[in-house]
Amino acid sequence: MKYPENLRYTKEHEWVRVEGDLGVIGITDHAQHELGDIVYVDLPKVGASVELGKSLGSVESVKAVSDIYSPVSGEVVEVNESLGQLPEKLNQDPHGAAWLVKIRMSAPDQLKTLLSAADYQAYVGAEG
Amino acid sequence: MIAKVRPHITQNELLLFEQSSPGKQGYQLPPLDVPPVDAATVLGAANVRSEIEGFPEVSEVETIRHFTRLSTWNYAIDLGLYPLGSCTMKYNPRVNELVARLDGLAWAHPYQPEALAQGAMNIMARLEAALAEITGMDAVTLQPAAGAHGELTGILLIRALLEKRGNPRKKVLIPDSAHGTNPATAAIAGYSVENIRSNDCGSVDLEQLERIVDQDVAALMVTNPNTLGVFEANIKSIADILHKKGALLYMDGANMNALVGIAQPGRFGVDVMHLNLHKTFSTPHGGGGPGGGPVAVKKILEPFLPLPRLKHVRNRWTFDSKRPRSIGRVRAFYGNFGVIVRALAYILAHGGNGLRNATVDAVLNANYLRKKLEPHYDLPFNAPNMHEVVFSDDRQAKHGVRTGDIAKRLIDYGFHPYTVSFPLIVRGALMIEPTETEGKRELDLFADAMASIAQEVETDPELVRSAPHSTRVSRVDEVTAARRPVLKWTPDRPQL
Amino acid sequence: MRYLPKSDSERREMLAACGLRSAEELFAHLPEDVRLEAPLALPPGVSEFEIVDYFRARAAENANGYASFLGAGVYAHYRPVMVDTVVSRGEFLTSYTPYQAETSQGTLTTIFEFQTMICQLTGMDVANASMYDGSTAVPEAALMAARITGRHRVLASRTVHPEYREVLRTYGRHGHLSIDEFGYLPGSGTLDLEDLERKMDDEAAAVIVQSPNFFGIVEDVRAVAEVAHKRGALLIVVFTEAVSLGILQPPVDADIVAGELQSFAIAPSYGGPYAGIIATKEQFMRQMPGRLVGETTDSRGNRAFCLTLATREQHIRREKATSNICTNQALIALMATVFMSIYGKRGLRELAEQNLAKAHYLSSLLKPRFTGPFFNEFVASTHGRAPDDINRPLLKKKIIGGLALSSWYPELEHCVLLCATEMARREHMDEVGRAFAPVPQAA
Repeated sequence: MKYPENLRYTKEHEWVRVEGDLGVIGITDHAQHELGDIVYVDLPKVGASVELGKSLGSVESVKAVSDIYSPVSGEVVEVNESLGQLPEKLNQDPHGAAWLVKIRMSAPDQLKTLLSAADYQAYVGAEG
Repeated sequence: MIAKVRPHITQNELLLFEQSSPGKQGYQLPPLDVPPVDAATVLGAANVRSEIEGFPEVSEVETIRHFTRLSTWNYAIDLGLYPLGSCTMKYNPRVNELVARLDGLAWAHPYQPEALAQGAMNIMARLEAALAEITGMDAVTLQPAAGAHGELTGILLIRALLEKRGNPRKKVLIPDSAHGTNPATAAIAGYSVENIRSNDCGSVDLEQLERIVDQDVAALMVTNPNTLGVFEANIKSIADILHKKGALLYMDGANMNALVGIAQPGRFGVDVMHLNLHKTFSTPHGGGGPGGGPVAVKKILEPFLPLPRLKHVRNRWTFDSKRPRSIGRVRAFYGNFGVIVRALAYILAHGGNGLRNATVDAVLNANYLRKKLEPHYDLPFNAPNMHEVVFSDDRQAKHGVRTGDIAKRLIDYGFHPYTVSFPLIVRGALMIEPTETEGKRELDLFADAMASIAQEVETDPELVRSAPHSTRVSRVDEVTAARRPVLKWTPDRPQL
Repeated sequence: MRYLPKSDSERREMLAACGLRSAEELFAHLPEDVRLEAPLALPPGVSEFEIVDYFRARAAENANGYASFLGAGVYAHYRPVMVDTVVSRGEFLTSYTPYQAETSQGTLTTIFEFQTMICQLTGMDVANASMYDGSTAVPEAALMAARITGRHRVLASRTVHPEYREVLRTYGRHGHLSIDEFGYLPGSGTLDLEDLERKMDDEAAAVIVQSPNFFGIVEDVRAVAEVAHKRGALLIVVFTEAVSLGILQPPVDADIVAGELQSFAIAPSYGGPYAGIIATKEQFMRQMPGRLVGETTDSRGNRAFCLTLATREQHIRREKATSNICTNQALIALMATVFMSIYGKRGLRELAEQNLAKAHYLSSLLKPRFTGPFFNEFVASTHGRAPDDINRPLLKKKIIGGLALSSWYPELEHCVLLCATEMARREHMDEVGRAFAPVPQAA
């Protein structure tokens, strides 16, 4: 799998795409593959604050639940409502159409600690 | 060659609502011997409903056919072995069904005068005493409705004792091999959960335990034998470590079927434990309940037991609610009395020696299966097992077949699957518990089936991955069921 | 022993296959100090004949052939014969929880029908596959409301069954719920809405009321809903007498319904096993405790049912689960399902109407304590006499009279709670009427 170069990645398998002062967040292809068929996503409400490294919600398959850890701190300004009806989007297009939330970042410097596509590729390659 | 079953014709059946039509009825009430009243007048028109929309109207014949046809789509103990680990799916003796239905017991109202309920109270007292003897504990409550309810009661008892001592403490330790009800229960009781890793033998690591037990730990919840079917040989040391720091030992009694008549938890350091009447004590599972989750305690916890408690005063039984230290009620009334009757009947049938013999047979059956399955499936832990044994799907995973697939293929062989993917400390677990009420022939058929499937995994893995093939429904789409939940029938749904 | 299907020679064969010479070797690995040396101090096992004998003797020590006017959360309704016929089928009685859908379609289909009928009865969007009973469904509903609202205070009416409130307190103490109560009006016997309004605040997660309430009286659920919702709290409506739903408006204004189905062909059985339910609005579905069965298809496109939304439950979510419940009351819920099928739409209505008639006949012979509308139970005044003085002579006539209330409601010392279902006979009600008649003053 080719991980998009314009995204930054975490070791917990989330990604961030920067759009001005917003960070768009999602989970990686590796994550959706590990989970299997995704049936539900539990996301925060618009206006909620999120913190780097803390859970902002969860993703569910039939038999498992995985927390989503926020790669940045800030305030939720938009939530991808379409995932309510079609959680399978996360399996189909995890890096694009199945973005989860948009965060107005309070500390954009946090992005510096994230992995590049190449580093993330190496990391999940190593994990196997 | 599949020996235990052959396909046969089963009836189709629609839902009740799809067979309903106005005017059909399956009931008849006797005529009133008092004047009828107008509902709107006595209740107020606003309080009266028009009709129960959508409720079915079917005849008696259709009703009996409906449920009979549906029943034939189920597997059951009456049809054969359930190798489900930690479920103890043993034979449900039929005499138990008869005695539970005796009028004087079945129609007893919990609030009828005590003088007219002595029989029921006697039965409860007798079961309390028998369970105290079996567990080696000092007092028993029959109030909890199931195992998880018993766990909650037990943890609340611990909390009450620690509160009396001045500090309820903050966390409960739970092995990573534990049943999910354990951490869920601790959370409801207001404790945070700390997981304790199993060692290489799948047992509680004593050194780790010594390190993490401190003044914040209220208790350790342990299952013994553990969910691998292995007896915690260090159980007394475990109890000592906890007690030294003022913490208590809770035992999940789900695996008592390995211990009855062989060992008493009260004598190896357990302070409080629950039992599952619908496991060890043969009460029927009924598709998911009812159960019974009595809790047995040491003397120190007795004052906190749920009220009311049975007391024998002047040759009569009475309920005593003057118990200032009690944690209160965990449910209305006294317990699942109908289940209590069945459990006592089971104990009476076996007697002291009989209960031990049953345990011996349960452990023998599990060890026999271990021997027969070892050539075909990986055994992750080499320790001696008791009434259940856990394999992993490592060998089969190499062919892209997992424990869940093997379980589904087992259905084609005429068996219910074993417990899949639990405990979590084994990758791809196959957890197998035959119980004592299986004979050699059924066990051999099961072992042969498992061997045959192991063979199929190598020669035709896709056959196993897409199983079951001979059931009236093939593999069910659980993904869509979760993505777009449909939890009731509505008139606009297409009839499939 | 008749439940152990092995002969001694088979045991020997199996031991040999395990490389063992005696069964005792199976336990050799246990620490010495753990092994029991003596047998359990229990009498020897007995024959089936003796088991039946023992329980018959116990049954004879209980009330037999009495007419009973007890209700208070457990109701004597006729149990159609077919109920036991169906649940006694081995495929229902001795089957396991339907985790493996392909081999449990019988159980799953009946649960789906059950969930549907509970929604139809209560006016809710989704119902679960049963809780232990009504009394534990209440704290589960309260905890659910706390999860949904993020608040921790609950207001319960004193007209909710006293033992249900005790259970709520036990759960609440450690589920970090604070529980306050509000009173009832001494005239009507309905809850005191003003008292509720006074005690309401923005910390309340839920208001809990029962209808018909413990006194048998129908509450104005809509009015309570307004008070609760105004402050962002949820409304939990409890019922203990399921037959009442055959004629009463369903609690459509509730956010969560927590109820007891014992009235639906579940034998009183000295307090259990019964079957509780939780039903709720669609938006709260994922916060529900307990099992849920959903409709789906199999790989060939046939309709099939399976357990679903399991990620709420303990075996997956563990300490973050919506509840710790595992085993519930499936067979008992099946009894209720068969009952509901037999009576059906018109039968349940007619049954409720008969209950109404019987109870109102009985009340016409007595002096009801409250003026509020009631279904099949009501509180009667004893004209200053101790309830025992009225009930003792009735017992001699093999009639169990009403329930004294003073242990829970000290202010109702000279009152009893009486219930008359479709099984109450006129001649017995007339006896009760005579027993209550004011004692003529001495000349």
